[in-house]
Amino acid sequence: MKRVGVFVCHCGTNISGTVDCAQVAEAAKDFPNVEYSIDYKYMCSEPGQEMIKKAIEEHKLNRIVVASCSPRMHEPTFQNCVERAGLNPYYVEMANIREHCSWVHPNEKEGATEKAIDLVRMAVAKAVRNQPLQKTTIPVTDRALVIGGGIAGIQAALDLANAGHVVDIVEREPSIGGKMAQIDKTFPTLDCSACILTPKMVDAAAHPNINLLTYSEIEKVDGFVGNFDVTIRQKARSIKMDVCTGCGICMEKCPVKVDSEFELGLAKRRAIYTPFPQAIPNKPVIDREHCTYFLRGKCGICSKLCPAGAVDYTQQDELLTRRYGAIIVATGFELFDYSVYGEYGYGKYPDVITGLQFERLINASGPTMGKLQRPSDKKEPKNIVIINCVGSRDEAKGKSYCSRTCCMYSAKHASLIRDKIKDSNVYVFYMDMRTPGKGYEEFYDRSREQYGTQYIRGRVSKIYPLNDKLIVRGEDTLLSQPVEVEADLVILATAMVAQPDADKLAQKIGIGYDKDNFYTEAHPKLAPVETHTQGVYLAGACQGPKDIPDSVAQASAAAAKACGLLSKPEILTEPIVTEVDEKTCAGCGTCLLICPYKAIDLKTLTERIAGEIVERKVATVNEGLCQGCGACTVACRSGSIYLKHYTDEQILAEVNALCL
Amino acid sequence: MKYAYYPGCSLSSTGIEYDMSTREIAKVLGIELWEIPEWNCCGASSAHLTDHLLALALPARNLAIAEEAGLDVAIPCAACYARSKATEVAVNESEEMKKTIQEVIERKYEGKSKARALLEIIGESVQGDHIKERIHILLTGLKAACYYGCLLVRPASTAFDDPEDPQSMDQLLHLFGAETVDWSYKTECCGASHETSAKPEIGISILQKIFIAAQNAGANCLVTACPLCMNNLDMRQIEVEKYFSTKYNLPVFYFTELVGLALGIEPSKLGLNKHFVDAMPLVQEVLNRKGGEQA
Amino acid sequence: MSSVELTSLKAKHDAEIQKLTEQSGVDASKCYQCGKCSAGCPVAFAMDYPPRAIIRFLQLGLLDQALRSKTIWLCAGCHTCSVRCPKEVDIATVMETLRILAKKKGYIGDKNIDLFHNAFLKSVERNGRVYEAGLVLTRNLFGRQFFRDTGHGLPMVQKGKISMLPHSIKDNGEVKKIFENVRKRGGNV
Ligand SMILES: Cc1cc2nc3c(=O)[nH]c(=O)nc-3n(C[C@H](O)[C@H](O)[C@H](O)COP(=O)(O)OP(=O)(O)OC[C@H]3O[C@@H](n4cnc5c(N)ncnc54)[C@H](O)[C@@H]3O)c2cc1C
Ligand code: SF4
Ligand code: SF4
Ligand code: SF4
Ligand code: SF4
Repeated sequence: MKRVGVFVCHCGTNISGTVDCAQVAEAAKDFPNVEYSIDYKYMCSEPGQEMIKKAIEEHKLNRIVVASCSPRMHEPTFQNCVERAGLNPYYVEMANIREHCSWVHPNEKEGATEKAIDLVRMAVAKAVRNQPLQKTTIPVTDRALVIGGGIAGIQAALDLANAGHVVDIVEREPSIGGKMAQIDKTFPTLDCSACILTPKMVDAAAHPNINLLTYSEIEKVDGFVGNFDVTIRQKARSIKMDVCTGCGICMEKCPVKVDSEFELGLAKRRAIYTPFPQAIPNKPVIDREHCTYFLRGKCGICSKLCPAGAVDYTQQDELLTRRYGAIIVATGFELFDYSVYGEYGYGKYPDVITGLQFERLINASGPTMGKLQRPSDKKEPKNIVIINCVGSRDEAKGKSYCSRTCCMYSAKHASLIRDKIKDSNVYVFYMDMRTPGKGYEEFYDRSREQYGTQYIRGRVSKIYPLNDKLIVRGEDTLLSQPVEVEADLVILATAMVAQPDADKLAQKIGIGYDKDNFYTEAHPKLAPVETHTQGVYLAGACQGPKDIPDSVAQASAAAAKACGLLSKPEILTEPIVTEVDEKTCAGCGTCLLICPYKAIDLKTLTERIAGEIVERKVATVNEGLCQGCGACTVACRSGSIYLKHYTDEQILAEVNALCL
Repeated sequence: MKYAYYPGCSLSSTGIEYDMSTREIAKVLGIELWEIPEWNCCGASSAHLTDHLLALALPARNLAIAEEAGLDVAIPCAACYARSKATEVAVNESEEMKKTIQEVIERKYEGKSKARALLEIIGESVQGDHIKERIHILLTGLKAACYYGCLLVRPASTAFDDPEDPQSMDQLLHLFGAETVDWSYKTECCGASHETSAKPEIGISILQKIFIAAQNAGANCLVTACPLCMNNLDMRQIEVEKYFSTKYNLPVFYFTELVGLALGIEPSKLGLNKHFVDAMPLVQEVLNRKGGEQA
Repeated sequence: MSSVELTSLKAKHDAEIQKLTEQSGVDASKCYQCGKCSAGCPVAFAMDYPPRAIIRFLQLGLLDQALRSKTIWLCAGCHTCSVRCPKEVDIATVMETLRILAKKKGYIGDKNIDLFHNAFLKSVERNGRVYEAGLVLTRNLFGRQFFRDTGHGLPMVQKGKISMLPHSIKDNGEVKKIFENVRKRGGNV
């Protein structure tokens, strides 16, 4: 006998403001198999859950319907609740009368109440057919992979390593450090970026639990939570890492000079190089695209000069496959390419630079040893314009979002300039000042009050050269007047955008990304570091524009999540996976092609039919990989593959409850 | 190639040299221009500020006649082009608007005949090697500031070239041996609509900036694709010079005049003698150089 | 400076602004008041309000202020604002639409400009084309600026650039018909 209890939640006024909850509970009493029905202000609260438990005992309920918010929010809460009352957790069915009803029909109370009743009717029909399901366990490999060695990746790796787990950092550049290594000083405290970053880089390199795989990229990710099989390509460095002492003699004598990526074109590097003097590992790589030896077969100077004999032109890329229990993605961001702005000169004016280029120009270890001079004629600029929101908050030519860090780093740049060149004038064109972090508003105040930065509220319409100046035209919208500045140097606070290949990496790992290619978290509020793929976590700016404090906080959070996973020898898996009916499966393989998680394979069955031994192929599901998406179930022509907890029978029962 | 030709009102009066030079170079480049018989004024600069429907309907009649003949329309004047394009787009975007316009002009226009800027058409026709044989004189010594004006490459959604830094005129002139300067006033408005209407004082300061920018960029002439811009830059130049007591001495050409010159057409046939800022000395310079630089 | 009472104005103009939005196809609420339009506007220096402020009036329901501004009359229709607006607000079209509405309501922000356009269209209606010499004359006479253009007028005639006689087209009255048809549909021409 199925005995269903229905529990209708008000969610404060979130639901009851629109839906008449008492009426819904009353109506549910007439549905088949319903033995008990009640509404309450907060079902998820302690008294709410007690209420459910007591009702189970008193009314001998064996199926539970909770009409409340999205199952994404509280299904686990109610599953735990009924489990404590001695029922199988999968006997709970949720009717989402908040996101699917009250929130979307705020002005139609009657209709919404009717709809809520229908949703409950459907849930009851399904609950009656719910089967008990058992979680299974899979083993966990105690090793973590961190992709990206910026501040977020380094922090996550250190936290994991300190908790006793082995971590590999895969960084595609020759050195770890990320963008923070390029920054001069950091808001809101103005402490030197290198002084707080380099110790962490050294710690990471020296930590017994951390392996650095620099100049390496992810080739392939197979497997599933607890057991990811990852293939890593270690690009040929042309340097024997175990032999090189990092003396740097090779770099001094290499005849090739090309633009340094690290210095953003403001200085040159050699073909054999480390990106910056504090690089970790502090061992060079040969850039084969520019090296004379690789281009023309001649030169070989570095090899001749190297006292340790570490140069090896014959090195090949190596592929390495390792198994990891958890993956933290921390691949960071890139900067918006502002050359789409014709009105700002299409990137053609030498004295229009980006904020990151400015960081290099003002940096004591940068190309000018920290002397601020403009690129075109090396003169010290007197009038400097900073333009905020370049490429951010611009639907027409850039990104619609706010990049979150630039208001602050522009305030920092203004203060640094005024500090260095006392008789300079700095004008910041802004639209809104966004300073919501701790100590941030005070930092902005100081840039005005202490450093005398001029803030002009308006977006610049045009920059054009006149003699050796750049004329910057904007409107001071607070004055309602067009204004012009004759600038020597213009700094653009360009938007933070996703890595250009972020989507490709996401597809390899099997995680989601948004319209701007930032990786999507499992829930914007309640699961901000998890992804939809179990065992894969996010840290830093790869998930969205973020400053260092937020990146570090998220990295530690991701590490904590990964620790939680790695510290158990095995984990429970969700039993909502597909199952194959081997009797009817024709082995056509359609499901294999459709499955986004590569969870289905073919296996050979040996059967005795009419006395003869025959072999035939059928599909088989790897429960560790299956994420329960159900794509295969609709693709199968013979209906031989079905998703537990969402079988055709169960779904049709819901449809019938609604339509018949 | 054959096009319906819409000279527009200006080209039969203040912009006469644009018309002359257009017809001359079309002949040499093998472009057949069929002047729309009894074309009417497109209402440019006035109709769209008075009534939305009138602004769409006036150009529609011309487009309808061209469509009947199965031709796209070549339009030299940037303002006429902008208005005609707006009509073409409106008709193609909305069935309802198409119906209304047809009822108002009492003719059929399905939006098939396209409004095309003369600059784009000429630019296309000189692609390929054949043009090399046609060049009589290389325009060496010309340092042109190409002035596209505001209407030719806007709105961005229908523009045939970049709205901030267009290149088609520059490329065309390079082909004929002229240098062009990189400057930032290519599409800044010259205030022509105020010039012809009633606010010339507004225009003066706008014009001054354009002249200075061209000079600073090292140009020795301005080149336009619009009779309104021409009027403004050429006729008003002396006025602006007087107002600011300075001298710019920047002859202003239609791009068609320069193409014509390079194709070996006689300057007077191109209307080069009709300019306010005397263009002939610079033209003569180019012609004199011809001996050594004949293509 | 008196304060603006927003509540009642908003209610009063809501419907009209809604209509304006439909006619121009431009939603003023998209604008976040960055001023990029005004900074690039070649005529802003002569306007009483920057183009951005016109959009602001519409956002707040201050329709009358927008309609009575000089700005909408001075706009040269160059579309610089529209191509640069980061929110893809087509300001140039808003200006156009406002001007048409202002004229309907009899708010003439600049008599000379209005005179010019009227004369222009009259010429088109009468002749099918614009008769430039006539235009210059009419405008100057009505605007009481006798022979303001004479500095250029004479050389114009000499260079064969302005003909002294009007030219009409033989269109069987098609253009006059267009004007009539537009009027029939409520056009204010
Ligand atoms: C001009 C400027 C000034 C700033 N100033 C400040 C400041 O003063 N204070 C502050 O708090 N914040 C500041 N920021 C923000 C700060 O840079 C970021 O918050 C921080 O760098 C984010 O760290 P991250 O590790 O997430 O990303 P990144 O620093 O971008 O690091 C990501 C790393 O991942 C690597 N990577 C990328 N893709 C792959 C891949 N597929 N495989 C392997 N490795 C990969 C990259 O090479 C890089 O090393 C500033 C930003 C800019 C642009
Ligand atoms: S072999 Fe290549 S890297 Fe080495 S010194 Fe020569 S050019 Fe430089
Ligand atoms: S943080 Fe400031 S500068 Fe950056 S996009 Fe947001 S508002 Fe613009
Ligand atoms: S440019 Fe666009 S968003 Fe900015 S003020 Fe003008 S209309 Fe508004
Ligand atoms: S269209 Fe009008 S408002 Fe816009 S920039 Fe041009 S003149 Fe200014």
